[in-house]
Amino acid sequence: MKLKVHVWRQANASSKGKFETHEVSDISPDMSFLEMLDVLNEELVDHEKEPVAFDHDCREGICGTCSLVINGEAHGPQRAATTCQLHMRKFDDGDEIWVEPFRAGAFPVIRDLVVDRKAFDRIIQAGGFITARTGSACDANEIPVSKEIADRAMDAAACIGCGACVAACPNASAMLFTAAKVRHLNMMPQGQPEREVRVRNMVSQMDAEGFGACSNHFECEAACPKEISVEFIAEMNREFLGAMVKADNTVPKRG
Amino acid sequence: MSQAALTITDTTLGKKYVMALSGLVLFGFVIVHMLGNLQVFLGAEAMNGYAHTLQSNPTIVWLVRFVLAATIIVHFGAAFALTAQNKKARPIKYRMKKDVATNYAAKGMIYGGVVLVAYIIFHLMHFTIADTAPVIAGKLGYVHSSPFGPEQMPNVYNNVIKSFQNTGMTAVYLVAQVALGFHLYHGSWSIFQSLGLSHRRYNDAVRSVAVAFAIVVVLGFAAVPIAVWTGFVQAV
Ligand code: HEM
Ligand code: FES
Repeated sequence: MKLKVHVWRQANASSKGKFETHEVSDISPDMSFLEMLDVLNEELVDHEKEPVAFDHDCREGICGTCSLVINGEAHGPQRAATTCQLHMRKFDDGDEIWVEPFRAGAFPVIRDLVVDRKAFDRIIQAGGFITARTGSACDANEIPVSKEIADRAMDAAACIGCGACVAACPNASAMLFTAAKVRHLNMMPQGQPEREVRVRNMVSQMDAEGFGACSNHFECEAACPKEISVEFIAEMNREFLGAMVKADNTVPKRG
Repeated sequence: MSQAALTITDTTLGKKYVMALSGLVLFGFVIVHMLGNLQVFLGAEAMNGYAHTLQSNPTIVWLVRFVLAATIIVHFGAAFALTAQNKKARPIKYRMKKDVATNYAAKGMIYGGVVLVAYIIFHLMHFTIADTAPVIAGKLGYVHSSPFGPEQMPNVYNNVIKSFQNTGMTAVYLVAQVALGFHLYHGSWSIFQSLGLSHRRYNDAVRSVAVAFAIVVVLGFAAVPIAVWTGFVQAV
């Protein structure tokens, strides 16, 4: 296959970026999108040019490191797949492809297509954990968990934290990510002691990072490589309301 | 260490609760108002009698007006704050962005809202001021028919008829109802999502009911101008 690729180039966080157009040829339909970019980069290096910086790690759809908005869709045109799992057979010979970084104020560009997603780490640090003594593992099945709860908690926990929800949302909202992380722990018995503190602090941190609000477009769910359901957003809305009404009606402002 | 605290309405989720609850109040008003309007089809006696009953209870009317005005201000305020936050959250736009799941109803909420504000002001000047302050209304050129019946009741019925014999006026009202319909479709099912009242077993049903509600409200409101404009309902 032969393709025309318009790729976002930006030297660093403070510089102004622009699109750069490259022709790539000898692309096999069996290559992944990232392998196509590898081919492009080898060509650039051969011509003593800077390769395009993009994020990747596992290249098997489990780590959440790869990103990219491809022809206007986070992780490209394939449903329920990350960019590393997107095959070039999804495109046609001679196609023009626009490749942009995830765009959100809370995800500043570091270089080219690489964005800083540490805002997600800070949301997790605000409450996406359980406080438990570390040390030797406790006995299996010491805490009973029903099959339904285990399954649903697993559905929420499938979130790999890639940020496609933010990238796809017209408001750059992080509601799907935050909701998945809140609900994953709040459904489990291990999450109960910190249930209310967790939802209050994680929502407060989400706001502090400057993400947008949910206007119920549900672009996030459509873009999510793990198909996390927007039902978790409704459930977080309910939990936060309950936690605020029950407690003193305020939540600590986080930096 | 003392930490600054956010109250519920400082948070994004809190503002959505405010949107949903104020929207619910407005939704309730819209339905009552629609039923009131439909009395045009019962004739001048019924319509003017209804208007007269309302106007003879100024305390209740003013209480309701006050609550509605406050609700619209709160709803508008939260919408404005959320829209500003959403714009700020993506300072650099995409060169190319595809919509996969959203629709025009969802994307048009703020524009539809602004159309509704403009319409509400226009509508109040047109009918309410014409009745409560006929002198001002006369100066502004708004409809004001001569009093009705032996009790000299305000002739709301004829005001309606005269207004919608005018094609331009009918068009303005019909456009506003379409804006209201889209807003109500997305708004009414969003109430459930925003307040966390959703459940996968009922979500599809809620969406269908939202469509039905929006259609009923649009048709209910549009029926009056259309009936007058086509000559189905005549002046007395
Ligand atoms: C007849 C009057 C109105 C009714 C019945 C109404 C009803 C509603 C309802 C039920 C919602 C859903 C809230 C949610 O997301 O849970 C909503 C949302 C919204 N309304 Fe209204 N509304 C009215 C007028 C207005 C006006 C005058 C504006 C002016 C700006 C407005 C702007 C909005 C916006 C922007 C949203 C979406 C907010 C978001 O999700 O980010 N509405 N409305
Ligand atoms: S590189 Fe790990 S998910 Fe794509």
